[in-house]
Amino acid sequence: MTDEQGPRPFVRRHHWMVRITHWVTVVVLAGMITSGLQIYEGYARFGNRGGPYLPNPLDGTAFPHWSRLGGWLAGALNWHFALMWPLVTAGLLYLGYLVKSGEWRALLFQPRDVRGALAMAAYYLRLRKEHPPQGKHNPLQKLAYSSIYALGALAVLTGLAIYKPTQLGWLTALFGGFQAARYWHFWTVWIFVAFTITHVVLVFVVDPASLRAMITGWYRGRFPSHD
Amino acid sequence: MTDTQKPRRRDAQTPSVDRRAFVKFGVAGGVASLVAACGWDGGGAIRPLLLDWSRVNDWVGEKVLFSPTHLARTYSPGERSAMLPSYFISGTTPMLDDPDRWRLRVQGMVEQALDLSLDDLMRLPRVSYTVKHHCVEGWSAIASWHGVPVSAIVERCRPLRTARYIRFESFDAGYSNGWDLASAMHPQTILAYGMNDNPLPPAHGAPLRLYSPTKLGYKLTKYLVSMTFTDTRPGGYWEDQGYPWFGGI
Repeated sequence: MTDEQGPRPFVRRHHWMVRITHWVTVVVLAGMITSGLQIYEGYARFGNRGGPYLPNPLDGTAFPHWSRLGGWLAGALNWHFALMWPLVTAGLLYLGYLVKSGEWRALLFQPRDVRGALAMAAYYLRLRKEHPPQGKHNPLQKLAYSSIYALGALAVLTGLAIYKPTQLGWLTALFGGFQAARYWHFWTVWIFVAFTITHVVLVFVVDPASLRAMITGWYRGRFPSHD
Repeated sequence: MTDTQKPRRRDAQTPSVDRRAFVKFGVAGGVASLVAACGWDGGGAIRPLLLDWSRVNDWVGEKVLFSPTHLARTYSPGERSAMLPSYFISGTTPMLDDPDRWRLRVQGMVEQALDLSLDDLMRLPRVSYTVKHHCVEGWSAIASWHGVPVSAIVERCRPLRTARYIRFESFDAGYSNGWDLASAMHPQTILAYGMNDNPLPPAHGAPLRLYSPTKLGYKLTKYLVSMTFTDTRPGGYWEDQGYPWFGGI
């Protein structure tokens, strides 16, 4: 975690609200995914009985014991339906904080970020030598962080569509019906997993100081702390 | 510009805070992975909390999300699924020794207890619909159901004001379900004696089963023998083992 330009002062980077909702989401999402994999075992395909089934490379897959939470279907459902509350609460608190503080400006990917995103992509693809100048987050980060929030919203909405397909029939229909809603709900898992792996790798490879910032709030690294 | 956007400075002194926080994070992560590792249902400490929380979800399902008038989407008979799995608790398909002597007993906190034969039930108002069946396991299938609305029975037995639940009992190895009155009174909640234009087959609960597109399959008692009105929340076969009591969808 050394810094080529010598020690710099710590600067405040993440509000406590951001840090708490971040780590709550990490733990809760882990519980949601693991209980979800146990629930998946109840019926590991997508489509009405008698087919046709939606294309699914994980058709019939029983996930390893260590990756499943709840012990059996009822236990997993109770975990899943309990953890959905802190997950949604954390998501709404985080959104509320972003709106109230104006921090959303540093995070929301907007059309004007497209040019910067291309420059960033060129840098990563080694088509460009210098790291493009950036604020708190570069445009690709903005794209990632905006998308992951949208993915969270999608996971919650598809979840509700499966949870109450009769009372919230309009929502279920929006996702193409009960089995299609299950299908999209399941795929959000793998996007979350892929995001998390990428996110953690980038933290350690590109900006390890950001891990300290997400824990303590204080940052001493190579990037600007604010836009 | 808000306060949080202004960079505030603090001198870098020692990374000990960071290390401590990192250890805490590691411990939390370790606990989380242990939790997952054991296929844990919460154990003695957390399982009761999860079950208590499930009651909160029941309340939200019943009082907030359930609509007594909203009808489930219906399908045309042509959209029926090629198959609908059947489940029962007994080792073999539960069958009556003497189907002619079968009666549905309506009892408990009612002004008028009833003893209804299948013919009696068929003379009551008839409802037919083709709906999607949702199993708690995640599968679904479309089928048609024919029967008498539970509300028509309620009209005839006149429950006491204090009755809040109905316990539906079967002759399948003690299987039963407890229902809230509002879900039972839903216009699509029926006592079904027919399926897909035929008499209800033994595999699906003959001679009579509870059916409703507002509940998961495990709430739809097959092989019915009685419905008992009560003021205390009745348990149920799966509900007592930890499945959500309300089971509404």
